[in-house]
Amino acid sequence: MLAPNAFRQHRVDHLLIAQMVAPGSRVLDVGCGDGALLQLLADTKEVDGRGIEVSRERVNACVARGLSVIQGDADRDLDDYPDGAFDYAILSLTIQATRQPKAVLEQLLRIGRRAIVSFPNFGHWRVRSQLLLTGRMPVNEHLPDSWYVSPNAHLCTIKDFVDLCRVVDARVERAVAFNSWGRQLGTWIPLTAHNMLGEKAVFMLARK
Amino acid sequence: MNTVDQRELPSDARVLEADRPSSKYIDIPASQALRLDCDQRLGPFRIAYETYGELNAAKSNAILVCHALTGDQYVASKNPVTGKPGWWETMIGEGKPIDTNRFFVICPNILGGCLGSTGPASINPETGKAWGLGFPVITIGDMVDAQVRLIDHLGIEQLFCVAGGSMGGMQVLEWAARYKERVFCAMPIATAAWHSSQNIAFHEVGRQAVMADPDWCQGRYQEFGKTPRNGLAVARMAAHITYLSEEALHRKFGRSLQDLSAKSFSFNADFQVESYLRHQGSTFVDRFDANSYLYITRAMDYFDLAAEHGDVLANAFKGTKTRFCVVSFTSDWLYPTRESRDIVQALNAVAANVSFVEIESDKGHDAFLLDEPELFATVTGFLNAAAAKRGLTPAKGKR
Repeated sequence: MLAPNAFRQHRVDHLLIAQMVAPGSRVLDVGCGDGALLQLLADTKEVDGRGIEVSRERVNACVARGLSVIQGDADRDLDDYPDGAFDYAILSLTIQATRQPKAVLEQLLRIGRRAIVSFPNFGHWRVRSQLLLTGRMPVNEHLPDSWYVSPNAHLCTIKDFVDLCRVVDARVERAVAFNSWGRQLGTWIPLTAHNMLGEKAVFMLARK
Repeated sequence: MNTVDQRELPSDARVLEADRPSSKYIDIPASQALRLDCDQRLGPFRIAYETYGELNAAKSNAILVCHALTGDQYVASKNPVTGKPGWWETMIGEGKPIDTNRFFVICPNILGGCLGSTGPASINPETGKAWGLGFPVITIGDMVDAQVRLIDHLGIEQLFCVAGGSMGGMQVLEWAARYKERVFCAMPIATAAWHSSQNIAFHEVGRQAVMADPDWCQGRYQEFGKTPRNGLAVARMAAHITYLSEEALHRKFGRSLQDLSAKSFSFNADFQVESYLRHQGSTFVDRFDANSYLYITRAMDYFDLAAEHGDVLANAFKGTKTRFCVVSFTSDWLYPTRESRDIVQALNAVAANVSFVEIESDKGHDAFLLDEPELFATVTGFLNAAAAKRGLTPAKGKR
């Protein structure tokens, strides 16, 4: 179970994903980084978790802490998995760094009965104002790298992502946006406001 | 055993160990003969083995360690022939990654080996002479089937882990494919699911070197009291190069001369690297049987786990519940990372529980035997997580 100070230890999108995932389910975390989400899901939901991570150092660190992680690439290695192999295929803050977001999302929906995707919202007002006022690509705590070293090849807004879901024929089961203070925006707010106020978004999708 | 005629045999430690191992051993009776992949029967036969640590009451903490081509059962204790420490003492022992305070480690000498398990250097009970080339050609699968007899004998239903590097890794994969229910977790390290054409080619060079030595006597050297020293040494020298990397060789030796200030303009071992290889060759001959070398390299050449399963490697693992940890090394060109990836890909295709770590090292294939902290961290982490799933308690004195 989560400790009371979990909110300080864990990323808000991770905590939300941990809420979405059913206990004991099979989970694939694509781009699992240092394994924080997998560890959280193992600790709180006792999932059968696997990870794919592109950085060799991070993979080795994950395996050393007892997580089942392989070195691999979301763009290349998802092909290997059979249809419906997992209850959830998760892409947390990774889709913007893939070469082919559409193909990757289609793979997630094929491999997992559900896909959970979180991403930084490029439509957030601070991003917009940075671009508008400075005339330069935004750099902030969620988008820390300059454009020429950033791994983020395909940034999108919440509205853009909703469009992509339509293109790949995915049903949006849940969509949550977080504001700059890590608070969930109310579901009654219209999409345009989410797109303006949400700094990060988490979507749970299923095949139609 | 009274059929051994000592007058015909050189009485060195190696030859004695082939028939009277100083380790533990079991003799499998003819009633439990092996049906080999070549369709012959082998039995009775002997499996020599060593164990470390204690088997728990539930018999759930056993780790089978499979050795490589020229390894033996002395994985974590002194080798009686060479007097050297065990070949994986960095990995196995009290407080080591494979912690003998917690796990019961079993390491058998493979079938076809020459340190006590039945192989071409052993005495064929039917003839009273060494098997020599009369020994049937065996496979990795046969080695594993022979180990199953040992595990049955020890009363172990399911091994907690099967681990091994190189040819040991091939045995790990074969165990996981043939005896899925009996392997809780598996660590194939620096290995492949099939022997590549290049690797077969290197082995053939080695075998030809042995067979070209007149002292090989068509495989009957034991009867004549001879040893094909030169041939086997050349085989080892060629093989040893494949265990290293160009970078490691360069770092270790460069073009340095051996005890010389200038070239000798002869074919002596001028260069340090030559002298090193000659030393590797000659010490190897003192501890290994030439025919055994032929048989084991052959078994590796024949290994192709995909071919055994309709040319689809994933079929070998269909339905597996085993947790896998595949490990490769960046500078290993004998079993390159690509080949480990093939294994991972096949395991993913059946949605198996798999971890895969590529470790950066410039030490070549031999890295798996050396002091590689990242390897130790991987093994420790993987075993701890698997042990927790298996419900094994942490090592005594450590929480």
